[in-house]
Amino acid sequence: MASAKEMKSVLFGPIFANNPIALQILGICSALAVTSKMSNTLVMCIALTAVVACSNLFISIIRNHIPSSVRIIVQMTIIASLVIVVDQVLRAYAYEISRELSVFVGLIITNCIVMGRAEAYAMKSTPFMSLLDGIGNGLGYSIVLLVVGFVRELFGSGSLFDVQILPLASEGGWYEPVGLLLMPPSAFFIIGGFIWVLRTFRTEQVEPKE
Amino acid sequence: MSNKNESLGKTIGVVLALCLVCSILVAGSAVALKPMQEKNAALAMQRNILNAAGILEDGMDIPAVYDERIKALVVSLEDYQVLPDKNPKEFDNRKAAGDPETSKRLDKSEDIAGLGTMETMTEVYLVMDESGKRNGAVLHIRGQGLWGTMYGLISLEDDLNTVRGVNFYEHAETPGLGGEITNPSWVKTWEGKEIFGDDGKVKFDLVKGGASGEHEVDALSGATLTSNGVDALIDFWMGDKAYGPLLEKLRKGELTNG
Repeated sequence: MASAKEMKSVLFGPIFANNPIALQILGICSALAVTSKMSNTLVMCIALTAVVACSNLFISIIRNHIPSSVRIIVQMTIIASLVIVVDQVLRAYAYEISRELSVFVGLIITNCIVMGRAEAYAMKSTPFMSLLDGIGNGLGYSIVLLVVGFVRELFGSGSLFDVQILPLASEGGWYEPVGLLLMPPSAFFIIGGFIWVLRTFRTEQVEPKE
Repeated sequence: MSNKNESLGKTIGVVLALCLVCSILVAGSAVALKPMQEKNAALAMQRNILNAAGILEDGMDIPAVYDERIKALVVSLEDYQVLPDKNPKEFDNRKAAGDPETSKRLDKSEDIAGLGTMETMTEVYLVMDESGKRNGAVLHIRGQGLWGTMYGLISLEDDLNTVRGVNFYEHAETPGLGGEITNPSWVKTWEGKEIFGDDGKVKFDLVKGGASGEHEVDALSGATLTSNGVDALIDFWMGDKAYGPLLEKLRKGELTNG
């Protein structure tokens, strides 16, 4: 059984020290697409964390029985099934948000973080540690998305979780929203800024000059 | 784990077992959650209809208010008769538009809203006041925008000419530009505008810069194609090919007891 210290590093490491988006630059696609509103972002984060955690757990449980010739297909099957289940649950319990997230819930299947953790960690680790690793990476993904979503919704629409914070000029207030922030490319700039700030404080993440 | 895992028998066995477990999981969740999802979809539609009719308030009991204030009829768009054998509760407008049995191909020249095909029957919602008298109607509209089909509902006053509200509940227009078709302050500019001119033809128009008069609404800035799409879909659906004759009938007091 792994020590408490190791468990802690597996669970919290991916948040800043080894963040899947900021350091490994994985899973960018959905970070661009679903972060224009905080409520959508939060649901997406929960959905992804649930999928990574469960897929890591299940893959780890059967890892000693997976023939290596078909291991990718086996992983995909498990991940795809979990994503469909998550999608169905969202449609039943968070109908409005699931409509706005539309195809991006399904696209969790192709999120590199999920496959990446399954292949890199769950295939060689015990189920419990894999579960922690999945939750940790989900949290790492979530923190970046929530930061991006926060900036985009606050400055793009003047609201947070659909509650108006900055009164809009078009409705008689003083705040002129930045339309660019509602478009997907703006997430690129924000993620870039996030990485910049992160690497200013954690200089070991800066890649050596070639 | 070595070679035992790599044998053909084990590979096939593992894959089959996995597929079986996964399919049970997926099918189980789909079947178990289906009633809930259908309820959600129906509720969302009722909400949209009440919203377009201007009755929606936060925290109201949507199904109860809907049952009381909305009378749904399934009407043929060919001879404009009520189809009594169709149950409005089960009728799905979107399905009807996609089913060859209940839709027809539109000629290029008449297809100004870019629909391709249109349904030959549709659901019309008569809005009732508290005493059960008709005081308006809500109609399905849709048309091509910039990025995809815009689905909406338009609500008319009892003269079936004056707009009470419009609600584009599903669209894929650019956020901040064409996406502003859902902006409440723009939607408000539709209120009280009239669709038809004195000659009975559709006169409603989206104009750039300074809408004036009872037939004009400001187009959305930075969203010419979306605005053109909205303009065209109103022309189409309110015209002779679609709801025009139906509205005429309703005005005369026919169809009310369908």
